[in-house]
Amino acid sequence: MSLRIVVCVKYVPDATGDRHFTDDLTVDRDDVDGLLSELDEYAVEQALQIADEADDAEITVLTVGPEDAKDALRKALSMGADKAVHVEDDDLHGTDVMGTSLVLAKAIEKTGYDLVIAGMASTDGTMGVLPAILAERLGVPQVTLLSEVSVEGGPNGTVKGRRDGDTASEQLEAALPAVVSVTDQSGEARYPSFKGIMAAKKKPVESLDLDDLDIEAEEVGLEGAWTKVDEATERPARTAGTIVKDEGAGGKQLAEFLAGQKFI
Amino acid sequence: MAEVLVYVDHVDGAVRKPTLELLTLARRIGEPVAVALGNGAADTAAALAEHGAVKVLTNDSAEFADYLVVPKVDALQAAYEAVSPAAVLVPSSAEGKEIAARLAVRIKSGIITDAVDLEAGDEGPVATQSAFAASFTTKSRITQGTPVITVKPNSAAVEAAPAAGAVEALAVSFSDAATGTKVVARTPRESTGRPELTEAAIVVSGGRGVNGAENFAIIEALADSLGAAVGASRAAVDAGWYPHSNQVGQTGKSVSPQLYIASGISGAIQHRAGMQTSKTIVAINKDAEAPIFDLVDYGVVGDLFEVVPQLTEEVNTRKG
Ligand SMILES: Cc1cc2nc3c(=O)[nH]c(=O)nc-3n(C[C@H](O)[C@H](O)[C@H](O)COP(=O)(O)OP(=O)(O)OC[C@H]3O[C@@H](n4cnc5c(N)ncnc54)[C@H](O)[C@@H]3O)c2cc1C
Ligand SMILES: Nc1ncnc2c1ncn2[C@@H]1O[C@H](COP(=O)(O)O)[C@@H](O)[C@H]1O
Repeated sequence: MSLRIVVCVKYVPDATGDRHFTDDLTVDRDDVDGLLSELDEYAVEQALQIADEADDAEITVLTVGPEDAKDALRKALSMGADKAVHVEDDDLHGTDVMGTSLVLAKAIEKTGYDLVIAGMASTDGTMGVLPAILAERLGVPQVTLLSEVSVEGGPNGTVKGRRDGDTASEQLEAALPAVVSVTDQSGEARYPSFKGIMAAKKKPVESLDLDDLDIEAEEVGLEGAWTKVDEATERPARTAGTIVKDEGAGGKQLAEFLAGQKFI
Repeated sequence: MAEVLVYVDHVDGAVRKPTLELLTLARRIGEPVAVALGNGAADTAAALAEHGAVKVLTNDSAEFADYLVVPKVDALQAAYEAVSPAAVLVPSSAEGKEIAARLAVRIKSGIITDAVDLEAGDEGPVATQSAFAASFTTKSRITQGTPVITVKPNSAAVEAAPAAGAVEALAVSFSDAATGTKVVARTPRESTGRPELTEAAIVVSGGRGVNGAENFAIIEALADSLGAAVGASRAAVDAGWYPHSNQVGQTGKSVSPQLYIASGISGAIQHRAGMQTSKTIVAINKDAEAPIFDLVDYGVVGDLFEVVPQLTEEVNTRKG
């Protein structure tokens, strides 16, 4: 039996661009170019490595996002994933993490899975909680924030990994099916090859809407969100500081500044 | 007055500072009831009482250490059901966020993560957060269920506010999911004797400019002269010069100290994401065009191998 891996990937505004909020205080996705969240490239990479090790595996990349989010799926397909699922619906605009996780969980169940792999956090929302929520919703073990991951024994096997936490480094183990998330310490993601890019054009991308997943419009979107942003203000630019060139006494000058600020 | 659940982060009974800060914030909303789990849970009571906990619910089952996250969610849910609080506050560690998020799903509540401030409002607590690498500040509320909010370290002052802090055993029946992910081995991180990165009042960080693991001794010497924690950029971590646990930035720790000193760090957006909210920022970089200088209160354009040792020596002299 084939090991079915679903990788959750998010399409986000480029972090190096000048990101803003729109009038309804959602993330502005028009002003700044979008791309596959860099942290999800690590998830795709680990999926590819696990699939390589398995006798037989199939990787589906899944995104919930607007029309343009197809770019993120294409990138993942060109890295080597087999097929893609795109959940797209106008009613999804403004959905919060509770809504997004509901949609992802239903789409994952519909697709069928033995292993779900997510990134450690999205580079726009940066909550880092969605994988744990997915595990809760799917009712399967969470094996998250791994810097090392491997699967043994195929679809009925075990996932193992190392989680480097605040106070300790832990070796974790769970039976499949399970939800995994990987950190940017898990290993550099590959670049799509020319062959991969060409092949990706022919790979299937399935489109789903809320109806297909039996989700009501009220459960998602800005109206269905369980949190509300009331205010977003741009942090005032820091006032220009003093900059000195070191002419031999730079360290002493700096000490003088720190003493003036009572740090010494 | 309404009760507010506060999840306690502790190491074998020693309460970590962010939890004491949470008590300060909790008291703005109601009466803090603390939940302490795992080995040494009851030993947290004295510190928690001193900072305002009216009650400390404890459970020291072995499950908390033997399995990942879910046993703690079960326990926090049991506390939630016992107390019916006005809000649930959890420290914003990686684990804290996961516990909070799973609880929120179970009790059908919205969740806010990484708050940097919290105030009582007419429609429930109002949380301040930073967005887009701290270039925006937002104010948000939870509109469904009991607010579940995770709060970053250094978001409030620790305040003495003696309260009863009565210890009560918390009864927990673990769910089937609790034993899903086994912790088969645990290697505790060795203590360096320096302050915890996220809790430190001063952080001294080194980047690619430090140019080698052995040269981090220069950064450490400055940190020690100031009683500071040591941070590193991802470039320095990826090069293997300093442990990942010390990385500052988007995929490392986010810090908000009184003073942040960056040496040999260019100031890429992902690094800024983790330090931009520091009160005072100082940089030493030989490139006058480095973007880090846009953030600084004081910058020295120069070679860190000259400037940093001179600064360290001067600090040590002034301290006498
Ligand atoms: C998804 C993602 C997540 C990331 N997460 C993080 C993160 O969490 N943290 C992080 O830091 N980065 C992160 N990065 C990487 C980030 O983009 C930068 O590559 C990194 O911060 C650069 O580190 P640096 O400033 O030390 O190195 P560089 O950018 O190479 O800068 C080195 C600086 O040192 C100066 N220098 C050199 N020699 C000397 C000397 N002798 N004296 C004084 N100055 C000197 C140079 O002028 C230069 O400005 C992430 C990137 C991505 C894509
Ligand atoms: N809209 C989305 N579509 C697909 N995957 C997502 C989406 N949002 C978040 N994820 C996944 O969840 C991870 C953590 O996201 P977050 O909790 O939002 O920081 C990401 O790295 C993705 O793998």
